[in-house]
Amino acid sequence: MILISGRTIEQGENLEHKMSEDYFNAVAVCELNEKDMEKLGIAPDNNVKVKTLYGEVVVKAKKGKGYPEGIAFIPMGPWANAVVSANTKGAGMPSYKGLDAVITKTDEAVLRITELFGRYKAEAWKK
Amino acid sequence: MTVVTDVVCPLCGSVCDDIEVEVEANKITKVIKGACAVGKSKLLGHERIKSPMIRVNGVLKECSYDEAIKKAAEILAKARRPLLYGWSSTVCEADKAGIALAEEIGGVVDNTAAVCHGPSVLAIQDVGLPVCTLGQIKNRADLIIYWGSNPANAHMNHMKRYSYISKGYFLPGGKKDKKMAVVDVRETSTSKMAELFVQVEPGKDFLLFSAVRAALMGYEDIIPAVVGGVPKEKIVTFANMIKNSRFFITFFGMGVTQSRCRQNNIVNAIQTTRAGHLHTKGTIMPMRGHYNVNGFNQVCTWETGYPYSVDFARGYAWYNPGETAATDLLGRAECDVALIIASDPASHFPADAVKHLARIPVIQIDPYENPTTEFADIVIPSAIAGIETDGSVYRMDNVPIRVRKVVDTTYMTDEKIVERLLEEVRAIKAKGGVK
Repeated sequence: MILISGRTIEQGENLEHKMSEDYFNAVAVCELNEKDMEKLGIAPDNNVKVKTLYGEVVVKAKKGKGYPEGIAFIPMGPWANAVVSANTKGAGMPSYKGLDAVITKTDEAVLRITELFGRYKAEAWKK
Repeated sequence: MTVVTDVVCPLCGSVCDDIEVEVEANKITKVIKGACAVGKSKLLGHERIKSPMIRVNGVLKECSYDEAIKKAAEILAKARRPLLYGWSSTVCEADKAGIALAEEIGGVVDNTAAVCHGPSVLAIQDVGLPVCTLGQIKNRADLIIYWGSNPANAHMNHMKRYSYISKGYFLPGGKKDKKMAVVDVRETSTSKMAELFVQVEPGKDFLLFSAVRAALMGYEDIIPAVVGGVPKEKIVTFANMIKNSRFFITFFGMGVTQSRCRQNNIVNAIQTTRAGHLHTKGTIMPMRGHYNVNGFNQVCTWETGYPYSVDFARGYAWYNPGETAATDLLGRAECDVALIIASDPASHFPADAVKHLARIPVIQIDPYENPTTEFADIVIPSAIAGIETDGSVYRMDNVPIRVRKVVDTTYMTDEKIVERLLEEVRAIKAKGGVK
């Protein structure tokens, strides 16, 4: 799958309310084309693991409108960025859009911001 | 209850300035008209950081402004490679103070453009930008193109105030007198309104710009049958729409700056606009995100000569995004202190860059708690620029607008906080540095 990210109205409404349940529900999701969901055996509200070369993250699947087959969308935010590389290839800008990703159904839970960052903090000191 | 008119919205780069709100007991209680859902959400407010805080044994403890500022100044004064990042959701006056602080401590100062329209700035430095004001577009543009941009979700009033839906002096019929084309990798609320929707494959925008440019320059014969998933016939139709317009405008967004080819997409977009000039008039404009992301670039340019990602480590301004952008410094684990103001890199930077925030002291200046607060060692709450304090901001078309103070506050302004930090740092240095 090709993974893209971007703004949504709900993401924008909670831009300055990011520790809220509304922001979590708006952003920790992955929107997919209906046919892709069938192919991957994913139902709406299933948790899915999105994995790229740079990381993996668990988010809730959502049926998206208007996506061509093969494209998955996570609204911009901490969950989308969990699988993005910090290598800016000399431009200062990371590759936020157009990542190759593998998406699978999972029983793992979607991490809250404090849990996700708790993991980052632990990993930060390993290196 | 008082009605305040002509309120300026401090949310997105459209900077709507015709908002009416009701104020009761020093609080905005109702947005009467003018603001979109996203702007309204900001104007009505969210829970604030109540007090300055310093992290002690892993827990943020409340303290006074003086204590927080003194402690932050000590950290900044002894930093070897400080990063001062954000500056887009505040006013130019605070940005100016921030650049002075970065110069004083030999730091790197960068704003959110680096992860937004930074590539557009690089392209503009390469080939220039045929641009105009949004007023010109409203009154003259009969072909509106949104490329990699979805204003129906991100700049919700943009079409109504400045482009497709607005009624202009030479286009009194509004959208009856105009056409709209949208290029995107997916169907969006904006593309559904368009007369022509060109669905390009992800990462293939550069190819599509080249094909449209070839068609505009009279080289239709060299265009392959399909480019970036788009059939040749559609490319020719698109080019003909441009040729037959009286004035076209291309608004472009993150769809082209954050995907493959980055700044080269924008170079090609600008050159495609120029190719359109063989036939008609036309301009091109980045859809700037934060309400004053552009303002920081303006201030930084007149203060340092460069628009963002400026490194003062050498004692003079050095500019090299890819080396000196915030993501580069954090991703390489290079900076030893981060001052984050009016932005939220913990939410919007790649994971490896965010992880470095856990290793270093982080000073946060913001009205609201956000994911960056999780990493902050010192939190300094500020007044909301554009609601609780006035100042200058730059709209996406480079027009400066004065944002208004609507309600009173006891919070210190961003400008004052940064100026105090600068004073404290200078005092510490005058005494021979941190002991």
